[in-house]
Amino acid sequence: MSTIDLAAASRWYGNVVAVNDVTMSLGPGITGLLGPNGAGKTTVLHMMSGFLPPSRGTVTLDGEPTWRHPDIYRKIGLVVEREAVHGFLTGYEFVLASARMHKLPAPRTAARHAIELVEMTEAADRRIETYSKGMRQRVRVAAALVHEPPVLLLDEPFNGMDPRQRLHMMDLLHTMGAAGNTVLFSSHILEEVEQISGTVQVIVSGRLAASGDFRTIRRLMTHRPHVFAIRSSDDRRLAVALLREDSVAGIDVASGGLAVRASDYGSFTRALPRIAIREGVRVSQLRPSDESLESVFAYLVAS
Amino acid sequence: MNMTIAGLTLRSLLGRKRVWLLLPLPAILLGLTLLGHLHDPNATEWIGPIEQGLGFGAVVPVMALVIGASVIGSEIDDGTIVHILTKPLPRQEILFAKLVVAAAVTAVTTGVTMFVVGTIASGTQFGVGLAVGAVVASICYCTLFVALSLVSRRPVLIGLLYILIWEGLLTHLLTSGGVLSIEAYAVTFADRIGGGGLLDPTVSVRSAVIMAIVFAVGGAWLGINRLKSFTLTGETN
Repeated sequence: MSTIDLAAASRWYGNVVAVNDVTMSLGPGITGLLGPNGAGKTTVLHMMSGFLPPSRGTVTLDGEPTWRHPDIYRKIGLVVEREAVHGFLTGYEFVLASARMHKLPAPRTAARHAIELVEMTEAADRRIETYSKGMRQRVRVAAALVHEPPVLLLDEPFNGMDPRQRLHMMDLLHTMGAAGNTVLFSSHILEEVEQISGTVQVIVSGRLAASGDFRTIRRLMTHRPHVFAIRSSDDRRLAVALLREDSVAGIDVASGGLAVRASDYGSFTRALPRIAIREGVRVSQLRPSDESLESVFAYLVAS
Repeated sequence: MNMTIAGLTLRSLLGRKRVWLLLPLPAILLGLTLLGHLHDPNATEWIGPIEQGLGFGAVVPVMALVIGASVIGSEIDDGTIVHILTKPLPRQEILFAKLVVAAAVTAVTTGVTMFVVGTIASGTQFGVGLAVGAVVASICYCTLFVALSLVSRRPVLIGLLYILIWEGLLTHLLTSGGVLSIEAYAVTFADRIGGGGLLDPTVSVRSAVIMAIVFAVGGAWLGINRLKSFTLTGETN
């Protein structure tokens, strides 16, 4: 069992602060590192995996600093977001090379086992350059797991995977977490984190915005008002009718249409067509205007 | 030596197009030597410009530059270096394997070429001298260029400036410039072993030996240190 600790860790590039005073402790189990693109997730992962020194604070694995300590890779398996693989190798050769560089006593057996874990046995003897993006990702995970590390760090591991591959990878991460490994994966997709992880660390603009049980955080997110941009054949008539709905918290009328603040996403979206038909109004546009992750996270930070 | 890293490096190196694009360089040197030999078998007129000027001045350093910058610089560019760096290996073990591959490939290709052209020009002993010079230069250049690819994202550009501006121009204008020129050490070794006084060495054997060691050891030390502090910058940040 291993623990990664960030203590008041900050990282900046010139005047740009990528990670700001983050303190977190990751123990056994699976943790999602959630945040919009550019939030600093990758920087946190790079600091944890010894590829970046913190500008201030400390980042340690079982009490040892990760920076300039290659020995940490005995305990860490890392899958970075952008790691090319040698296309001229077969999947098996790639994982075997990893096993050999780890100087494992039985590299061939370890490589075969890791390939089985990611369900790549059938394609193992094909050259990696013939693989799909999802297959490459899986073979990289196999290479990161070949030495059975107690800590597995993955940066956006589901990118490029089809739904079946995603499910399988989620199962694999679950199994590893349940077996007492420390598993951290980053994602900017809420649903991915929701399906895998009970514990999340949410990073927004380089700061740790929330930390803890996902359901609690998710509740905060779903209870925020949703804003919809609506255009119709008669905006004023529609606005008056909508205001009578319980799910509508407020409406701004502008020349370009309506901005409707709905307190309940589901009730509002079910009510709108019914009201429009009743009032004889033709809706030409219905667009959720704050559904980007950035706005969700911004709400989270403000709450 | 870590044979897994050496094997990966060699396969990766030989799989890169730009390495194969270098093949015409030894062919041009060989062709010009044959032409010179047919025109004037005594070789006194053309041996300097062709074997020293073109061979040690361009063919050996350019081949070392492309090969040396490829073994680690290209892997940094395409991200494959992460696969190797996420292993609990001392960084000197990684660097050493890559250096050996780069220097060996450069030394074999340039050493054989220089041996053949030297033998054609002035006999076997001269060929051996040129080959030894090429091997020494290969080691020093590769160490320098491997280190450069860990210091800068533009190792080929900086390497070319070193070869063309420093070695090609300034060392000939400055009286003691040869002390900091790998080409000058190679010529000194080649002249000393090849005999005959056909080349024009600008540094003493003692200086050449000491400085070649300084370049090789210093370059390796710099490379190891840079590799220990290798950082990844986030794509999404």
